[in-house]
Amino acid sequence: MKKLSARRRHPLAALVVLLFALAVTGGLYAAFAPAEKAQADSSAQSLAIDEGKRLFAVGCSSCHGLNGQGSSTGPSLVGVGSAAVDFQVGTGRMPAQQPGAQIPRKKVIYSQAEIDQLAAFVASFGPGPVVPTKDQYTSTSPDDVAKGGELFRTNCAQCHNFAGSGGALTQGKYAPSLDGVDPKHIYEAMQTGPQNMPSFPDSTMPEAQKKQIVAFVRHTTSEEPNPGGLALGSLGPVTEGLFGWIFGLGALIAVAIWVAAHTTKAKKS
Amino acid sequence: MSSASSATTGATKPSSTRAKPANKGEAAADYLDGRLGIYSLAKANLRKIFPDHWSFMLGEICLYTFVIIILTGVYLTLFFTPSMGEVVYHGTYAPLNGIKMSEAYASTMNISFEVRGGLLIRQIHHWAAIVFIAAMFVHMMRVFFTGAFRKPREINWLFGFLLLFLGMFDGFMGYSLPDDLLSGTGIRFMEGAVLAVPLVGTYLQMFMFGGEFPGNDIIPRLFTVHVLLIPGIMVGLLVAHLILVFYHKHTQFAGPGKTEENVVGMPLMPVYMAKAGGFFFLVFGIIAAMSAIATVNPIWAYGPYRPDQVSTDAQPDWYMGFSEGLIRVMPGWEIHLWGHTLNLGVFIPLMVFPMVLAVIAVYPFLESWITGDKREHHILDRPRNAPVRTALGVAWISWYLVMLIGGGNDLVATHLHLSLNDITYFVRTSFFLVPIIVFFVTKRWCLGLQRRDKEKVLHGRETGVIKRLPHGEFVEIHAQLPADKLHKLTAHEQLQPMELPAEVDENGVKRKIGRLTKLRAKISKGYFGEYSQIAKPTAEEHHEITSGHGHH
Repeated sequence: MKKLSARRRHPLAALVVLLFALAVTGGLYAAFAPAEKAQADSSAQSLAIDEGKRLFAVGCSSCHGLNGQGSSTGPSLVGVGSAAVDFQVGTGRMPAQQPGAQIPRKKVIYSQAEIDQLAAFVASFGPGPVVPTKDQYTSTSPDDVAKGGELFRTNCAQCHNFAGSGGALTQGKYAPSLDGVDPKHIYEAMQTGPQNMPSFPDSTMPEAQKKQIVAFVRHTTSEEPNPGGLALGSLGPVTEGLFGWIFGLGALIAVAIWVAAHTTKAKKS
Repeated sequence: MSSASSATTGATKPSSTRAKPANKGEAAADYLDGRLGIYSLAKANLRKIFPDHWSFMLGEICLYTFVIIILTGVYLTLFFTPSMGEVVYHGTYAPLNGIKMSEAYASTMNISFEVRGGLLIRQIHHWAAIVFIAAMFVHMMRVFFTGAFRKPREINWLFGFLLLFLGMFDGFMGYSLPDDLLSGTGIRFMEGAVLAVPLVGTYLQMFMFGGEFPGNDIIPRLFTVHVLLIPGIMVGLLVAHLILVFYHKHTQFAGPGKTEENVVGMPLMPVYMAKAGGFFFLVFGIIAAMSAIATVNPIWAYGPYRPDQVSTDAQPDWYMGFSEGLIRVMPGWEIHLWGHTLNLGVFIPLMVFPMVLAVIAVYPFLESWITGDKREHHILDRPRNAPVRTALGVAWISWYLVMLIGGGNDLVATHLHLSLNDITYFVRTSFFLVPIIVFFVTKRWCLGLQRRDKEKVLHGRETGVIKRLPHGEFVEIHAQLPADKLHKLTAHEQLQPMELPAEVDENGVKRKIGRLTKLRAKISKGYFGEYSQIAKPTAEEHHEITSGHGHH
């Protein structure tokens, strides 16, 4: 220590300290910075962005602008994140066929690889929700369905209906049916709040709760055989009333007509 | 004691001299007759004649579904716990495991998933209720459109109406009991309606719920009313309804040999005992099959009620749907006065709701006031021959359907890809316009059918046989209707509009004519005036045309 202390007034000491400090900061940065960011210029990612840019220019830019800045016909995509792209394009909603109260789900026209490229390009506009990984939306605990059900009835059922059959909103808008929706897309919808849906970011609804909701929706819409027989669309008493009138009373009246038509005839002497 | 035995054995002879019973069956009947007097009852009623028509069996559907509801309801009470005490679910239905719920809901889950046959019985109970009220509606339509409510059956019409009214409310209370998310929303709706009553609303609400919503009282209270009070009244009304049917004898459609004085048909025993008994099992079978095929009120999917949760498609069962429609389309008007709120958006629908039903109840009395007809009627009208009554009935149905569309506006929107707001505006307009349009269309339709009947009577049936006359003209041969058809088409009587008495009487004194009488004359003209019925062909007209040569 004496040696070091003796040279602390050396003319080059400041330079050495500076170099040392730089090395430490750089080293720490290299050690702790997110790997992907550090590899931002790695060829695969930038290639994806380049490819995405080409696809975007062809399929999206007429409404959203060449750089996703938005226009009178489409919103800005800055900050929507890759999750929004994966949801909108992955469910066929984008590219939209025509403007309207709501863009419907339809046939998906891009491959998943192309969707990923588009997502990479849009994500490069600014930070936003990232496409979830499989373990984020795949539940492993059997309790998740019950907990998710409670969360679903609190947060989702008022628009999507108790069984995820969907429902009406104002002016021709609607909450779509959740039947047959990919778990990833359910998760992304909660993250990004597409179209008329509010978003449920991790700050208001933690990841674990989203996972539980996904588990409940999967259970209700596709995995569970209905204990009571035909579910009649799971739409509540309206379809029950129609069924009761048409098939219940209808059958009874048909039988009444049959019984009345088959009677003992008085003997004609 | 028994008039039957005294008639056969003679009044002076003591009944002990009656011949020894021939066999055990007769002995048993004799034993019962001595104590219950069944001979006279049986003699009077077992051979009671009933006419045959499928529409006369609609009331039977009501009766049988009611019996099914009572039987299944008793089974359900064995396992249901009418309590709002909180429990944590640990049953077989995994998706609700560990969820807090009321005992009412938990016991309904238990009925649905653990009790043997529980879910089937629950579904039979619920489907039968849905069909019961639908059948009552159709039964009432039959009675209405055929004019069977006329004297002497006005009181029985009122009994029927009360059964419908009570049935609706008992149904509402019944599906409120499981305390699932949907039924809790329904009770909340009811609470809102009670609160909207001016002045007393808040007191009524506290009285019903025993505190703030939801409290702990409402389900036990609804349970008592649902399983005891209302069914008790309904059974009483039902018995009275049936006694009156026996007492009045059944109505019949016009036909050869059928008069206001007789009933043409089959005896109760054995024909209708067999038919009606068999029909009961058919009804039970169809309801049971329906309940085995389709879910009704899937409470496990709704989840337990929590006041902070709600699901879309929160509609009542169909018979309460029109009240939902009234609320949904009513603009949310409010009046604020002296620190109080008058919630017209709920209060006006709440007042329209009973009026929609009350017009059904009062109609027979209204019509008898207009016609001034005090005679008994046992021959039914064909709906076309009472065009104004028929048009009023169909207008009411259309009005009711408009309200039902309002009640299901969200499903209409999603399934027909329409805007919810447009449907609301449509229903608001249609509430006033559609019944009026339907009234006129139906009336014209009836008149058209009357013209057709007249045409058929005078010119016969078109045979489809084309004949070429010597000078080249083609004519279609018309065949005369058989006599029974002619009778059917001309049996109805046509009332004439009421004439106001002359302004001055025979002494030249100005007569006082009350406003009500003038109104009555006006309505009577609307019912039976020249634009409201087509004069039916007379025998002379028929004779003149048919006796001559051929075809027009």
